[in-house]
Amino acid sequence: MKILVPVKRVLDYTIKARAKADGSGVELAGLKMSLNPFDEIALEAAIRLKEVGQATEVVALSCGDAMVQEGLRTALALGADRALWVSSTEELQPLSVAKLLHAVVLREIPTLVICGKQAIDDDANQTGQMLAALLNWGQATNAAEIQVGEGRVDVVRETDGGTETLRLILPAVITTDLRLNEPRYATLPNIMKARKKPIETLTPEELGVTVEPRLKTLRVQEPPQRPAGVKVDSIATLLARLKNEAKVI
Amino acid sequence: MENRILLVAELGPDGHLKSSLRSLLTAAKFLKGDIDVLVWGGDTTSAVVEAQHLPGIRQVLNGSGPTLADGLAEMLCALVRPLARQYTHILTAATTIGKNWMPRLAALEDVAMVSDIVGVESSDTFIRPIYAGSIWATVCCPEPLKLMTVRTTAFPGTEGEGRDPVPVENLPCPAALLQSTRIAVQAHVQEGRPSLENARVVVSGGRGLGSAEHYEALLGPLADELNAALGASRAAVDLGYASNDVQVGQTGKVVAPDLYIAIGISGAIQHLAGMQTSRVIVAINKDPDAPIFAVADYGLVGDLNVLVPELTAALRK
Repeated sequence: MKILVPVKRVLDYTIKARAKADGSGVELAGLKMSLNPFDEIALEAAIRLKEVGQATEVVALSCGDAMVQEGLRTALALGADRALWVSSTEELQPLSVAKLLHAVVLREIPTLVICGKQAIDDDANQTGQMLAALLNWGQATNAAEIQVGEGRVDVVRETDGGTETLRLILPAVITTDLRLNEPRYATLPNIMKARKKPIETLTPEELGVTVEPRLKTLRVQEPPQRPAGVKVDSIATLLARLKNEAKVI
Repeated sequence: MENRILLVAELGPDGHLKSSLRSLLTAAKFLKGDIDVLVWGGDTTSAVVEAQHLPGIRQVLNGSGPTLADGLAEMLCALVRPLARQYTHILTAATTIGKNWMPRLAALEDVAMVSDIVGVESSDTFIRPIYAGSIWATVCCPEPLKLMTVRTTAFPGTEGEGRDPVPVENLPCPAALLQSTRIAVQAHVQEGRPSLENARVVVSGGRGLGSAEHYEALLGPLADELNAALGASRAAVDLGYASNDVQVGQTGKVVAPDLYIAIGISGAIQHLAGMQTSRVIVAINKDPDAPIFAVADYGLVGDLNVLVPELTAALRK
């Protein structure tokens, strides 16, 4: 069983995102970028399935400019067998990425695609579901547990009310939530080895996909600031203010 | 051109409409147009009647039947897709159900979709948080069919009832698809406590708790007193005080309850991103300079080992 894991390189989660002064976008220049944390969980899930002998190959894929190859190096260092880079300098929105992934799936024929549930930059939470639609495959989002069986996969998914278990006919698309696993760290020898592994380059043209952005971001800005709060001196004062002023208890 | 708007409702486990539908109504009113409500489920009997009495809607569409009982994305797409192009806008709440099926429908219809809107500027321009709410983006969606999930906490629910019940149109229940089936459902793991995403009050603990035992012993009784969900900062999760599924923050869950109580949480950027749209924030921390106080409406500086039991006891009275 081959598993495809799409990964995205995003602003590191420890860095506060700031809007550019002119509101045209988010300031990224010179800031630390990392693999999207949910994609790391997806990669970890795939690697573990390989370690227990249920998967034979883990292929990582990333779409974007030359810098996304850094993310693919990390994926290789963590345990992906191969990496594919879909090279594009366009703004890639979820529908475009889903179409690129769809085209790659038709070439690679994986049995399972495991994606992060969302990227922590645009927070769209769309790409996995869109890919499943284009492939006409079953989908399980927000996975907390994955059990691969004969011709099927059982996925415990997190819901607002608890969890539910879905049984999907393979092939299928799974997106990962936090509880699924705790990703490993790349070791130095593996990081060194990953530097030598080849990354295969593809283009949207080769894949026959047009990647025009459909949504237009008019501006970005910091959200309205919360008005300055007050310090209270006792539990009694706190409770009185929560009752009489904020009216929340 | 007059907009034609479809709101896709959700039912609670009791078979009644969730109040989130009234927030969708508020969002829809900014769009100006005819509003239809789609109710779906295994048994929609009471929800349909409730929907018929909502103010300002044109009609109720009823999709009821066994294949819709589990809320599978594949089935919801099969239900909504035949109607989709009759509408200019389809809105649903940004829940684990809405976020599951709507992107699937978007790809089937080859339209871009807008996730998790918190504001409507015009019938094609919406505000949505990115970077877990650290930034708000204003996005124009030129698609002829606009699909959106709505962060319902950002829109106060429309109150009131319609004067007369609106008509109901019954939809054919789609045939079962075999791609996925639901084989089990488990209620939330925090026995007796509401889930993090739906709770009106969230009590969250951080590194300052010092141990897993303290986390449960101090925060558990307080949460029970307030009927609150328990949350934790990433630091507390990394230290093993709390399980990963209760992590609040950019890499965890984004919550916006009426009251968020941060205990022993310093307020790392990624935590603030996950809770700063809560209506009222209370922080208890021994460090008066902790960044959490910058977003807290009410701050209390002191030893949480003393203050938290005192707070719990005061609430019990």
